[in-house]
Amino acid sequence: MTDRPLVHAVNVTKSFHHNEVLKGIDLDVEAGQVVCLLGPSGSGKTTFLRCINQLETIDGGRIWVDGDLMGYAERGDKLYRLKDKEIAAQRREIGMVFQRFNLFPHMTAIDNVIEAPVQVKGESKKVARERAQALLDRVGLGDRTAAYPAQLSGGQQQRVAIARALAMQPKLMLFDEPTSALDPELVGEVLAVMRELADDGTTMIVVTHEMSFAREVADTVVFMDAGVVVEAGPPADVIGNPQHQRTKSFLSRLRSEHS
Amino acid sequence: MTSPADTVVRKGLSPRKRAQRSRLIQYAILIALVLFALFSANWGQIGSVFFKPEFIKATFQDGVLQALVKTVEYTAGAFVIGLAGGTLLALMRLSSVGPYRWIATAYIEFFRGLPAIVVFIAFSLLPLAFEGMTIPFDPYGVVWLALGIVASAYMAEVIRAGIQAVPKGQIEAARSLGMSPGLALRKIVLPQAFRIVLAPLTNDLILLVKDSSLVFIIGVAATGYELTGFGRDLANTYSNLTPIVVCGFCYLIITLPLGILVRRLEARAEKSR
Ligand SMILES: Nc1ncnc2c1ncn2[C@@H]1O[C@H](COP(=O)(O)OP(=O)(O)O)[C@@H](O)[C@H]1O
Ligand SMILES: [Mg+2]
Repeated sequence: MTDRPLVHAVNVTKSFHHNEVLKGIDLDVEAGQVVCLLGPSGSGKTTFLRCINQLETIDGGRIWVDGDLMGYAERGDKLYRLKDKEIAAQRREIGMVFQRFNLFPHMTAIDNVIEAPVQVKGESKKVARERAQALLDRVGLGDRTAAYPAQLSGGQQQRVAIARALAMQPKLMLFDEPTSALDPELVGEVLAVMRELADDGTTMIVVTHEMSFAREVADTVVFMDAGVVVEAGPPADVIGNPQHQRTKSFLSRLRSEHS
Repeated sequence: MTSPADTVVRKGLSPRKRAQRSRLIQYAILIALVLFALFSANWGQIGSVFFKPEFIKATFQDGVLQALVKTVEYTAGAFVIGLAGGTLLALMRLSSVGPYRWIATAYIEFFRGLPAIVVFIAFSLLPLAFEGMTIPFDPYGVVWLALGIVASAYMAEVIRAGIQAVPKGQIEAARSLGMSPGLALRKIVLPQAFRIVLAPLTNDLILLVKDSSLVFIIGVAATGYELTGFGRDLANTYSNLTPIVVCGFCYLIITLPLGILVRRLEARAEKSR
C-alpha cells in the first residue's frame, strides 16, 4: 500500500432520489499535496467531499484514505457497511472545514478546539489545552481563546474551525468553500492560514472559487461539472490553458463576476 | 390632495379621537365597578373570613413554611424525573427504530390527554390493587413518580422541539471530528437543545408547582402535606379560609419569580436570534 496515493477514489457514484449527482469520480491525492476542486454550483463538489469522510454514503465505487476503505469492510468480493463507531474512527483521520464554520456555539474557542481530542481520543485536558493554545496561536487567535463564537468575526470563526480540525492531527484536510460565507475583507486572513498549512506539507482538498489561491497553492486543479471530472492537472494547464469548452466558459464567467 | 378613502374617514371622528373616546368609556366602566364593589361588599366579613390576623399567625405556627418546603421538594424531584424521562421519550420519538417511536408517541399522547388528577387517583389506589406494594422514599417516591410520569410527557415534546432546532451543521461538525452519534448527542446536540428550550421548560416547572397541589389525593400522611393539603386541612379545622389564602400567597412566592425568569429567558432568546 506504500505506493498508493493518500486519497484514492475510484469511480465514485452518488444519487439523491434518482438525481445522479456524482457520475463516476476518480481522484488521487498524494500525501503533502494540495488539490483544488473547481466547478459551477451544483456540480457535486460538496457531495464528493462529504463522501470522502462518509457524511454521505456512496452508491458505487471505492474511496481509500491512507489505505483504509472508507465506510466499508471488504471480505471476498463483498462490501460490508462498517458500524457507526468504526466509521467515526475513520473520520478522526480527516479534518473538515465547512462553508458556514459550524463552531459549537456553547463553547469558547479553546473548548471548541479541545473537545474532540479530549472526548474522542481521550487526551488529558492539560495536553489538549496546550496544543490548542499553540494551534490558536498559529491561526493568529492566541489572544481570543476565551471568546465564544458569537463574539468572533466570520474570519476568526473560520480560523478557529481550522484549528479545531487540526487538533485531531488529521492525515487529510477537507475545505468546502471556506471563504464563501465571509465578507470580502475577511477572506485574506483565512486564505493566509490555509497557505501556511499547505507550505507545511498538509494534504488538502479545497473546494474554492478563489482563483489566485488555486493558481498559487494547488499542485493539482480538478474541474468538475455535472458530476464528472472534466479536466484535471497542474494549475498552469487547467486554469492557464484549459482544454475543454466547459472549463473555459466557467473560468471566464468567474473572471467577469470578479471584475 | 385627498384620496377618496381619506374623505370617507373624515366624515366621522378621526381615528385618534375615536381611540380617545373608547379609552374614556373604559375608564368610566372601571370606576363604576370599583365604586360598586366598595359600597356593596361586606368588607368586615370578607376580612374576617379571608384575612383574619390570628389565623394568619396560626397558619405560620402550624407550619406553613414546612409545607412550602414540601411543595418545593415534591416539585424539584418531579422536575428531575420529568427532565430525564422527557429526554428519553424525546430521543425515542426521534429514533429511526419504529417501535421506539410508537411507544413514545403512545405514552406522550396518553398522559397529555389524561387529567393529571386521574393519574393521582390511580396512584392512591395502587396499594389497594397490589397488596403490600410499597414505593421507596415514602412519601417522596410516590409523589415524585406520579408527578414525574405526567411531567415527562409534557416535557418530552418541548425537548424534542429543542433537539430538532439544533442546526444540522452542528451534528456534521461533530461527526467530522470523529465523535460517535452518542457522544455528539451528549456533548453537542443536547446542551444546545436545552438552551433553546430553557424558557418553555421553566414554564413546565411552573405548571408542575401547581400540579403538586394534587398530591393530597394520593393520600400522604399529614407530615407529608404540601401547601394545598396543609391549607385545606387547616381551613377545615378553623372553618375559615385564611390558611388557604396564606398558602395561595406561598405559591406566588415560588411561581412569580419563575414567571419573571421565563420572560427574561424569552427576551434573551429573542435578542440572540
Ligand atoms: N442531501 C441532499 N438531498 C438531495 N439533493 C442534494 C442533497 N445534497 C446535494 N444535493 C443535490 O446534489 C447536487 C450537487 O450538490 P453539491 O454537491 O452541493 O454541489 P456543489 O457543492 O458543487 O455546489 C445539487 O443538485 C444538489 O441539489
Ligand atoms: Mg458546495
